[in-house]
Amino acid sequence: MRRYFGRKFLIYGLTFLLAVTIDWLIPRFMPGDPIANMLSRAALNADAAQVLYTYYTHAFRLDLPIWQQYLNFWNALFHGDLGISTYLFPTPVVRVLLRAVPYDIALLLPAILLSWLAGNRFGAFAARTKWLDNTVLPLGYILTATPYMWLGILLAWVLGIVLGLFPIAGAYSFDLSPHLSWRFLSDVVWHWFLPFASLFLVQFGGWAIGMRNMIIYELEADYSHYLEALGSPRRLVRNYAFRNALLPQLSGLALQLGVIVAGALVTEVVFSYPGIGYLLLSAIQNQDYFLVQGCFLFIIIGVLVANFAIDIVYVLVDPRTRKGMTGEKA
Amino acid sequence: MSLQVENLRVYYQTLRGDVKALDGATFTIEDREIMGLAGESGCGKTTLGHSLIRLTAPLRYVEGRVILDGAELPIADMARMDEFRMKRISIIPQYAMNALNPTRKIGTMTQELIRSRRMEAETSPEELRRRLDLVRLPHDVLNMYPIELSGGMKQRMVMVLSTLLNPSLLIADEITSALDVATQKAVAEMLVEFRDRGIVKSMIVITHDVSILYQVADSILVMYAGQLAEKASTETIIRSPRHPYTKMLVSSLPTVGVRYAEHKLAGIPGTTPLLLDPPQGCRFRDRCPVAFRKCVEVPPFLELAKGHWVACWKEFGSHA
Amino acid sequence: MKTAKGSEFLFFALRNPKLRVGLTVVLFFLGLSLIGPLLTHNAPFDYVNPAGADPPSSEYWFGTTTFGQDVFAQFVEGLRATFLVGLIGGGLGTLIGVIVGFTAGYRGGLVDEALNMLTNIVLVIPTLAVLLIITAYLEVRGVLIESIFIGLTAWPWTARAIRAQTFSLRSREFVDLARLSGMKSSKIVFTEIAPNMMSYLLLAFILQFGGATLIAATLDFIGLGPTTGISLGLMMNNAVLWGALYLGMWWWFVPPGLAITTIVGALYVTNVGLDEVFNPKLREM
Repeated sequence: MRRYFGRKFLIYGLTFLLAVTIDWLIPRFMPGDPIANMLSRAALNADAAQVLYTYYTHAFRLDLPIWQQYLNFWNALFHGDLGISTYLFPTPVVRVLLRAVPYDIALLLPAILLSWLAGNRFGAFAARTKWLDNTVLPLGYILTATPYMWLGILLAWVLGIVLGLFPIAGAYSFDLSPHLSWRFLSDVVWHWFLPFASLFLVQFGGWAIGMRNMIIYELEADYSHYLEALGSPRRLVRNYAFRNALLPQLSGLALQLGVIVAGALVTEVVFSYPGIGYLLLSAIQNQDYFLVQGCFLFIIIGVLVANFAIDIVYVLVDPRTRKGMTGEKA
Repeated sequence: MSLQVENLRVYYQTLRGDVKALDGATFTIEDREIMGLAGESGCGKTTLGHSLIRLTAPLRYVEGRVILDGAELPIADMARMDEFRMKRISIIPQYAMNALNPTRKIGTMTQELIRSRRMEAETSPEELRRRLDLVRLPHDVLNMYPIELSGGMKQRMVMVLSTLLNPSLLIADEITSALDVATQKAVAEMLVEFRDRGIVKSMIVITHDVSILYQVADSILVMYAGQLAEKASTETIIRSPRHPYTKMLVSSLPTVGVRYAEHKLAGIPGTTPLLLDPPQGCRFRDRCPVAFRKCVEVPPFLELAKGHWVACWKEFGSHA
Repeated sequence: MKTAKGSEFLFFALRNPKLRVGLTVVLFFLGLSLIGPLLTHNAPFDYVNPAGADPPSSEYWFGTTTFGQDVFAQFVEGLRATFLVGLIGGGLGTLIGVIVGFTAGYRGGLVDEALNMLTNIVLVIPTLAVLLIITAYLEVRGVLIESIFIGLTAWPWTARAIRAQTFSLRSREFVDLARLSGMKSSKIVFTEIAPNMMSYLLLAFILQFGGATLIAATLDFIGLGPTTGISLGLMMNNAVLWGALYLGMWWWFVPPGLAITTIVGALYVTNVGLDEVFNPKLREM
């Protein structure tokens, strides 16, 4: 087991290193000049602009040699300083991101967990009879083939506009400001529902199909046949098959995280939902170096943490990894 | 216990048609009899074993009856067979090493199986432990996962599990094939002990290794290409077989102490026929040294002498 | 032996309903993308309808946009872009995945460890975020660039699958035999191993094709697709941008998304069908 976690840490460490480097590297090559951009909003005269330009370049330390900027970046990272956003000046990047994180968690955590649990149950259920299988399977394939943003658009149009049941923009109504009250909370949930639903449905389809295939495989395994030969009721055989089929589905979840993050991103765009994905896009469009870096970093950290959480759960539920008999075969 | 099989036909469904894997088996097994079921790969012995207890796709029941202890076994009905499984008839499968759920502790799985079958009254934790002692497994295995056990230990665990409810008939399907010779002897002896202690009444021991049968079986049933060739006591089969196939099978066994410097080990020339479209009549006739024109008809499985059954026209002449 | 297997596959392939349905759908859309532009005399960006936005009619089969552009013309052009990206992006992803996976599986040892680590790292990083940043950096983008970048980030899935298959094939007896008889490594690869991998290559490519299409649609939707031309994702982007939702102009955003869903879905179904053809155990009686 130590080997198992040792390998995991190595991979996560390297991934983090690589990701931070990419994170630092790429925005450097974005077209345009963020400082000039920011200053252009301030409508200053030429001299003042020049002075401020030099000041900010120095303040943002963009005049240092490249390798020093890289090291400074790591240094700042460990101090929790991700710079100041030029798009939302003068708010520090970390503050901007932390404002957005709760919305992402509120959206992603339930969507991922519920779709995984429900999708797996449903897929196992579908494998019971032929006619159930024939109806669930096409539905699953359609859902998993649906692009996240199109489902978002459809839901927004049908449920939001045509039927007028839900709002289709923002995290809460414009006339409210965040405060703790039933009115605000219910308003937030009301705005949350459509983006949640579109994330949930697409993933649900994927898990249902995956589980249906896995459980058929497990039902044909030797241990299932032996139980049947011993006259075990169908219920027990199915129970065992389901539990065993969940294991690869769990590792599958870890692999899907990148795709799910992408889905959340576009869904936020469709619904103008103020999560990190939405923020990332705005930052790119406004050429805000630091905010782009910060968003990317948060996404990476989030994915790594989620991966790690899944690894821990996996060790808890699969006795084979605990007994150290399986080396981690990627 | 008594087992009567009457004209059992079970075919394999494939996309190219039915493979006639078991084509008309009729025989009986007496109480306390350990019957060996021998033959080449593909002769139908495993099909026969499985048909008795788990007849499901791709196996297809065609016709025949199986009567165990006076009651007809509904072998074609998977659901109704549950009543008999493990209690009256049980199996130690060929895949015993993979037969245990890898993610469940063995003791937990056993408990869940017993409980789900509502068999708590039929057995007890003490009895389970006694059985473990019998096969020389430590009680600790109940707390382990299958992955922590060696192949031999898993096999013995399966032996315990399959016989836990004292079935009348136990089918042991190639249980020694994956073991070394010393363990083979130990396992074979355990089987006999199960019968001697009354844990099981009778047994069908399926194997292609005739020498094992010589050690443990009271009688041997030889099969060829889905049909029965000969059934007799072990002594008779080994010392004085009558069916040409049995004769060649037995004589192709190497004898201890004999050197083969002078001549090669005799095998049986030719290959078994494909059972998708088997030849008419006796399926051995293409390889049989004494085949004659009557062999294009299927020879009936008849009693030549007391307890000695043969399916060969040569033995009964052209009149049967 | 190989020809017998080939014709056996063809036999089952033609009879497999999933394969037939899936392939028919994909080919239909492919055909539409090829002849579609010939069916209409409007270019995608021409302002043909002075009345602006109009629902579908006999003159404009898919209606017109806010600016009076022919949605059908945009649609069939967009289909072409979709297929192109799927082909190039999917093809590139498959190629890289096969090379990485096969090398890792065949060589084993340190090479395998290193490539494995690389695969895992690329897998964990959410590639859309990387793609976003990269494509934002490029001022002028074409379909080719987009496809290449998609291919460069989508290969890990294929690499894993091919590696697993290579592992299992590598230790098969016929490969050992070939090695013992002194066959050169490269010859072994091409004559013994490759034919058995063909089916996996095909399956991998289909999945990559579908995946590339989805990623491209997502990128286009965010506005980071090709800077010229039209695509299905871009149509949806424009529709949302110009308030098609509020104005109820369903003919603008439903067809593109529906097309993508249908094509990708058909690809998945084809994949399952092909899997059944290649893997006899999955075939139903």
